[in-house]
Amino acid sequence: MLTCKDASRLISERHERPLSFRERWGLRLHLMMCLYCRRFERQVALISRALRRLGRQTEGVMEGSEFTPEARERIRKAVANHYDH
Amino acid sequence: MTEHLLGAPDTWLDEHGAALYKYALLHSRDEHKAEEAVQETLVAALQARERYAGEASARTWLVGILKHKLMDMFRYEARMTTLDDRGEIEEGIGLDDGLFDAHGHWKDKPSDWGNPEEMLERGEFMTILQHCLETLPNRLSRLFMLREVMEEETENICKELAITPTNLWTMLHRARLGLRRCLDRNWVGQAA
Repeated sequence: MLTCKDASRLISERHERPLSFRERWGLRLHLMMCLYCRRFERQVALISRALRRLGRQTEGVMEGSEFTPEARERIRKAVANHYDH
Repeated sequence: MTEHLLGAPDTWLDEHGAALYKYALLHSRDEHKAEEAVQETLVAALQARERYAGEASARTWLVGILKHKLMDMFRYEARMTTLDDRGEIEEGIGLDDGLFDAHGHWKDKPSDWGNPEEMLERGEFMTILQHCLETLPNRLSRLFMLREVMEEETENICKELAITPTNLWTMLHRARLGLRRCLDRNWVGQAA
């Protein structure tokens, strides 16, 4: 019988690799009986979706630091050295 | 024709600079490093523009180059990691110690976060998630972001950082446990 510690590990690893037949069944059985691991499963999936969404928005959602005109100018100058025409 | 889609190199900074910078900042969490990454990206793009095939938009193409630059930076930092730091991350000391009791049951029981769709639409969720990423050990959060935000393949990460898949899975799992608990404690659980 899987413990919550084991089950949480499998829930996490399912994002990285296919589980074996035995692991899948063990996890399924555990999840049927364990409210907290079901919640963990949903939470981990939500975090993953949120971060993927973040990565696909190339328009940053980062708070705070802006791309300052000074930074832009420094980059322009540095890149200009490599600009061959 | 491809030149047309890509635009002239001297327009890249104005058109894509801010987006690239924010993306770099999100991953490097350091203004100087972000600036450096954008600069290196533009230089690399300049040198590689003949090879631009036009199958992706200019923005996507540039972000692709930026990802490689960030990965290089990350790899370099990982190499610089002392054995002590490495141990701390790989063992994840303090992160999942105490999360489960002696019988393997949750100590901090995951609370109900309600409707996932609704959570995603709420701006505060993203804000707290970003805050929680910062509470993780630095390299652990970078690694997690490499995997989840940049959607880098597991094999690539293992190869680049010279770690085994089992090792990587352990670290990603610790990151998930840590993030989940932080979200639960800081806001989400209370809101439910």
